[in-house]
Amino acid sequence: MILAASNLIAIAGAAMPIAAPQPALPDIAYVSALEPPLPPAPDDAEQARDGHSMSDPEHGGELRPDPETPPRIAGVDILAGGKLLLTNGVTTVEGSSGGGLARWATIGGRQMGGGIGLSAHATAIELADYGWQSYGVMLGIGDRVELSYARADFDTREIGALLGIGEGYTFNLDTFGAKVRVAGDVAYGETWMPQIAVGIEHKRSCNGALVQALGAVEASGTDYTLSATNLFLAQSLLVNATMRYTKANELGLLGFGTAAGAGYNLQFEGSLGYQLSRRAVVGAEYRSKPDNLGLGDDDWMDLFAAYALTDHVTLTAAFVDLGSIATFSGQRGGFLSAQVAF
Amino acid sequence: MLLTATAAALMLLQQAPAEGTDWDAEFGVEVKQRDPITGELPVDPYDQSNANAGATPYDNARLVEAFGGREGIRRIAARTVELSEADPRIAAIFAAHDTVRLKRTLGEQFCYLLGAGCDYSGRDMRTTHAEMGVTKADMNALVENLQAAMREAHVPFAAQNRLLAKLAPMSRDVVKR
Repeated sequence: MILAASNLIAIAGAAMPIAAPQPALPDIAYVSALEPPLPPAPDDAEQARDGHSMSDPEHGGELRPDPETPPRIAGVDILAGGKLLLTNGVTTVEGSSGGGLARWATIGGRQMGGGIGLSAHATAIELADYGWQSYGVMLGIGDRVELSYARADFDTREIGALLGIGEGYTFNLDTFGAKVRVAGDVAYGETWMPQIAVGIEHKRSCNGALVQALGAVEASGTDYTLSATNLFLAQSLLVNATMRYTKANELGLLGFGTAAGAGYNLQFEGSLGYQLSRRAVVGAEYRSKPDNLGLGDDDWMDLFAAYALTDHVTLTAAFVDLGSIATFSGQRGGFLSAQVAF
Repeated sequence: MLLTATAAALMLLQQAPAEGTDWDAEFGVEVKQRDPITGELPVDPYDQSNANAGATPYDNARLVEAFGGREGIRRIAARTVELSEADPRIAAIFAAHDTVRLKRTLGEQFCYLLGAGCDYSGRDMRTTHAEMGVTKADMNALVENLQAAMREAHVPFAAQNRLLAKLAPMSRDVVKR
């Protein structure tokens, strides 16, 4: 009897550690017990993406939270991603999510609702006579808000001497952007309904005295934008239209408005893109610009190809035609941009 | 020692529950039985209609061919569900549902929408996703799994997008938060 009792206690004791650390996924285990075995995966099926092996019925009940689950702070997913590839766009010359030249209604960063994302970019443009470099960062909040900062350096090279401002004189422009998605979704929702966003771009030229000498009235100014971007999936076609209310001369590199009285006017930016694959888009853009200073400030256009090397890295190459800049025409060349987004 | 013996004696004297007690009946648990042939759990009756598929079908034989016909479509749908069950981002949503039935109805829905000559026997998108709390990020994850399944089946990208074009507007009934 005593032996039996101690056996019982031993059994009970032995049972304890089994019962205590139950995996915290009882409903999954429950279902897998009821589930008949999965049919075998198709023979010709390749390994699932990212090296995940095909789902295995034997292990169906052993799903665990991803060990690389990104941090979640105060109910906000930090850099957790979630956007479909390329739906955060690439980065414009002014540091906003968009095409290369045109601002789109897309929100930068890879986060979705309830998440925070970050994006950084660097862009170089080689023109016939000038060189452009820009770089910046973007903060995405949910699928709703985008805040951006970009710095552009515009090198006049030998033209600087001809313009009397010195060879290699470089114009610098800081752009602080904000954009809010107000309606729609670029991919989802009614086919005809685009994603619509409003935004501002506050720009500050670092060459105040010079741009005022050139005829601009101010060294800083703010653009207001209204963008509509839609992906027509049945045609694999991305269409964007943006109205920009601006008084900037050459994006703001040459200041804002003119002493002669030219101020705000409405300009248009359009983009067309064709999706070749999940990762690749080719397309064209057009951007109208005012010629407030009478220096032959031309409309811009480009032919671009963007490729998502990974979920996080997107490269964009383009042929750009920026027309005439500061009276020197034929400013065509190459555009290269890299974006890293989380 | 005496205390231990008494405790042990009391434990042994406890009446064991009768063999074969139906604990589910005892606690009022209803267990749904899977259909022995289809392996699906029963669902409450509803009106069946192709309108439940949520969009009008294509009429394009080449598109059907790009998906490998009815059999190809069925496999892509089943594979999409399989990938999603194994996807840590959305597995929990699928774990709580009858994925045997889902594989069949999703296959029927794709087959109907692509104009491959199936009827859709499932429920409508609003009903099936009610109170599921699907987010847009969840839908993105499902789209990625569907894209992976279509890539595995070598469906050309433009044809993949044709199917997504039919599904994308359904987000209005699927995405709830």
